[in-house]
Amino acid sequence: MRPFQFVRADDAATAVQTVTANPKAKFLAGGTNLVDLMKLGVERPDLLVDLTRLPFDSVDVEADGTVRIGTNVRNSDLAAHPAVRNGLPLLSQALLAGASGQLRNMATVGGNLLQRTRCVYFQDVTKPCNKRQPGSGCPARQGDHRNLAILGASEACIATHPSDMAVALAALDARVAVSGPDGDRETPLAELHALPGEHPEQETTLRHGELITGIAVPPLAYAERSAYRKVRDRASYAFAVASVAAALDVEDGVVRDVRLAFGAVAPKPWRAHAAEDALRGRPATAASFRAAAEAELAAAEPLRDNAFKVPLITNVVVRTLSDLAGETS
Amino acid sequence: MTQTDVRAVGSGLGRIEGPAKVTGQAKYATEQDDVQDVAYVWPVPATIAKGTIRRIDDAPIRAMAQVLAVLTPDNAPHLQPAEDGELAVLQSRTVSYRGQFVAAVVAQTLEIAREAAERLQVEYDVEPHDVELTQDHPTLYKPDQVNPSFPTDTEQGDVDEALGAAANLVDHTYTTPALHNNPMEPHATLASWDGDELTLYDSNQGAYSAQQTLAKLFGLDPAVVHVVSQHVGGGFGSKGTPRANAVLAVMAARMVRRPVKLALHRHHMFAVVGYRTPTIQRIRLGADAEGRLSAISHDVVEQTSTVMEFAEQTALATRIMYAAPHRRTTHRLARLDIPTPRWMRAPGECPGMYALESAMDELAIECGLDPIELRIRNEPERDPESGKPWSSRSLVECLREGAQLFGWGDRDPRPGTRSDGDWLVGTGVAASTYPAYASPSTATARAAADGRFVVRIAAADIGTGARTALTQIAADALRVSTDFVRVEIGDSAFGQASLAGGSMGTASWGWAVTKACTELREKVERNGEVPVDGIEVQAETSAEIEARSGYKYQGFGAQFAEARVNIDTGEVRVPRLLGMFGVGRIINPRTARSQFIGGMTMGLSMALHEEGVLDLAFGDYVNHDLAEYHIAACADVTDIEAHWLDEHDERVNPMGSKGIGEIGIVGTAAAVANAVHHATAVRIRDLPIRLDKLLGRLPG
Ligand SMILES: Cc1cc2nc3c(=O)[nH]c(=O)nc-3n(C[C@H](O)[C@H](O)[C@H](O)COP(=O)(O)OP(=O)(O)OC[C@H]3O[C@@H](n4cnc5c(N)ncnc54)[C@H](O)[C@@H]3O)c2cc1C
Ligand code: SF4
Repeated sequence: MRPFQFVRADDAATAVQTVTANPKAKFLAGGTNLVDLMKLGVERPDLLVDLTRLPFDSVDVEADGTVRIGTNVRNSDLAAHPAVRNGLPLLSQALLAGASGQLRNMATVGGNLLQRTRCVYFQDVTKPCNKRQPGSGCPARQGDHRNLAILGASEACIATHPSDMAVALAALDARVAVSGPDGDRETPLAELHALPGEHPEQETTLRHGELITGIAVPPLAYAERSAYRKVRDRASYAFAVASVAAALDVEDGVVRDVRLAFGAVAPKPWRAHAAEDALRGRPATAASFRAAAEAELAAAEPLRDNAFKVPLITNVVVRTLSDLAGETS
Repeated sequence: MTQTDVRAVGSGLGRIEGPAKVTGQAKYATEQDDVQDVAYVWPVPATIAKGTIRRIDDAPIRAMAQVLAVLTPDNAPHLQPAEDGELAVLQSRTVSYRGQFVAAVVAQTLEIAREAAERLQVEYDVEPHDVELTQDHPTLYKPDQVNPSFPTDTEQGDVDEALGAAANLVDHTYTTPALHNNPMEPHATLASWDGDELTLYDSNQGAYSAQQTLAKLFGLDPAVVHVVSQHVGGGFGSKGTPRANAVLAVMAARMVRRPVKLALHRHHMFAVVGYRTPTIQRIRLGADAEGRLSAISHDVVEQTSTVMEFAEQTALATRIMYAAPHRRTTHRLARLDIPTPRWMRAPGECPGMYALESAMDELAIECGLDPIELRIRNEPERDPESGKPWSSRSLVECLREGAQLFGWGDRDPRPGTRSDGDWLVGTGVAASTYPAYASPSTATARAAADGRFVVRIAAADIGTGARTALTQIAADALRVSTDFVRVEIGDSAFGQASLAGGSMGTASWGWAVTKACTELREKVERNGEVPVDGIEVQAETSAEIEARSGYKYQGFGAQFAEARVNIDTGEVRVPRLLGMFGVGRIINPRTARSQFIGGMTMGLSMALHEEGVLDLAFGDYVNHDLAEYHIAACADVTDIEAHWLDEHDERVNPMGSKGIGEIGIVGTAAAVANAVHHATAVRIRDLPIRLDKLLGRLPG
């Protein structure tokens, strides 16, 4: 490990300033991803600015039903918050399906959104990786890619975004509150993560020094009828091999509205717009659900060892939506 | 002497060092805080799989602040030749596998050592490598023997003819991946020179053999090498003999003239400490219409490295499990540019019995028989290989009593027909077995005038509870309560002793402890009292162990599993595992239960999760940490039970005990695979059983 400096920020403006001023500075939240990557030599910051004293640690429900979540709310506290547990079951379930109790006690909202891929080549500095070292190559394409992307990837990079929480938030149309050198802004979560294209090293649309202060989840009338289903290789403490966040609004057996997002299949939490479009106004049957999943996955470009994700996601979409439809009727 | 007839053996005495461990007082190898002025070593692994080191540019690294030395093949001390080629650390410029140590940095802090090691530039002349094991690999050869000294091939009768004539035939190939031992405590050494005397605090499975091996390697008199291993955080076979960490630590300590600590990183452990070889196993079983086996054939293909030969005895158990007049086993090795595979919990029996016991399940279906009945019909009266009688064999009782406890009785044999909500449900059974070995050991027992006793033996407690079991054995031989006995272990100064390996620790050490303590008790009784300077007796067991013959000594067991497979996703869960074992007298039911359920959990982990993922381009196991290399988590192990029969075996050793450290992992994977087949009608012959192998093949 390289020696580095550590400072605690007491207010957001100083945090932003300090990081903006030093191209090799990074924000430190729970540290559960950043510190691991520092030990591996993947991240090599000169300066860490600790965010945990910043006052972004509450969950507030506004008059219109928008839920505002400060970035420092720990994943376990967020999952347990009544507004989330009762009002946004898919988000609570997604959080609780992630990592382990100990990690969730440390992990924060901003850190979770910005955690980096688990691609084994990305994490091993003795190997090439376009994301870590632009232009060096992508050994995952021929090598170990069982858990890498089938959607949204590029020739340069097939990494997946590993977060569970972000998949639920994508389905909920969450917005991300950002504080930067030029002031505050809000961006849709859908625009936070970038697809790799030719530049897999550019993972987000944040500029250096921009700080996530929180997220806003707009109200969704039928959010209580929602679920997050995570498929993983062992019963707990494993990243998803596929996941589905879904909310369903059915009236008289017909889908009035639906939200669908997929995890562990793409470089970003994957909002399944094509599937949603294919479902609205259709009968709430297994056949429609299957057709919708297939509409989304038509764009899939599976590789040698991850083609199973296509039928897997399809099956999970059908099951999750069928269960939600059953609940409504 | 306060004599007692209350026997300590058989009681669930709590671990003697338990309080020290849970309060952090127990010091593991690199935690000896009384050793001062310590420096740190960080190894540099090769980043190519095959080739030669052209140049190591160590000048910039030596110039770094706090760096004390850089060890390379250019300046490393010359070592004596060793049988174990992996010990020839930094003795040549040849790179034989990716991850092999090519240099090491010694620095004043751990962080600087690591940073410097990672910055060290090594240039290579790269050669093409070959790391992939295939059934018809061009380098396949027949080793002279398999681990440790069994015949490579065996043959009785005419297998091909018998298979040709069989009414029921099974012919399938089963594969298992590379599996990595991953004890919690990494391989770690604190090396300290005092003049010409060397002290090593080392994490190993046998301090005495570590002392002998390292003394020879460094050309030292064993008397000046002292190995201390009080507490060891697991090994699973990978600490059976010294590994590169101990060699580098000794070299580094000499070079910088300071004590040094070297604890391997988890990444290093996926290359340099050994792992279970992947296997490709073809099994052929021929049986008559009633399911009586006429022929058993087991052909194994596995790998070794170019550094040295390790030939796993994968088909060993097949030689003794079932009766059949015609039988054959073979082992072939491919020599690859890959780390040397070594022992991992039940080497041989564990992967071999996955294949054999899966094939037996397939044969039961072929014959239309219950799999328990099939096994009972093929129970051999004597060891089919040697013709020797069993000292005891309780496989049939294990199957019957296990079946009763598990609720096997009303099982519907049809596969793929039961479900509970979204889950297909099935049950499976498999047999377990492990030999009851023993190896000569030396113990010293000393009586003090105050009525207390100290027993010394170079045993290793790798988390098994050995210290506790030996205290019970000693107390019974002395006929006193365990309160009066202190057993000291983990020190090479205590003389020659068995490794904690081959499930023979307790049998071997217990034998020597029993002998020493019995002789001491008799001497004290003859003497009438203990003089002020005490009475000491030393005992050694070569003669007794050599005299042990005429029988086949072997433990048996049966394991039952319930599997649930999700219809939509293929996720596999095992809500229930039950083992029934016939392994002689249980010395301590509490520590024994831990061994059984620990083995079974590891077997479950092998069935569902564990796999070293090989990258063909780089030639290494790429999932080299515990986030990517999955082992069973708590949530995977819901209801697990271990039971044992009251088996009396007066022939096996004075305690009447057979080893229990490994039998728990033998057969588990087959029981799970058989249960998955019963649930889904899909037979997975390629471990681990992961959802992508089931998806799309499930009924309904
Ligand atoms: C063994 C293991 C298993 C795991 N399993 C799962 C799993 O199953 N599912 C899952 O979803 N996750 C899993 N995780 C990942 C875990 O969720 C993340 O590590 C965690 O959410 C990161 O949050 P943090 O606060 O610790 O972030 P940090 O590690 O502190 O930071 C991560 C990154 O975000 C940046 N950052 C943090 N906060 C801000 C901010 N406010 N503004 C701008 N940048 C910021 C940091 O600079 C850094 O680059 C696992 C992790 C481990 C180690
Ligand atoms: S998939 Fe992306 S992260 Fe992985 S090796 Fe390729 S470029 Fe690197």
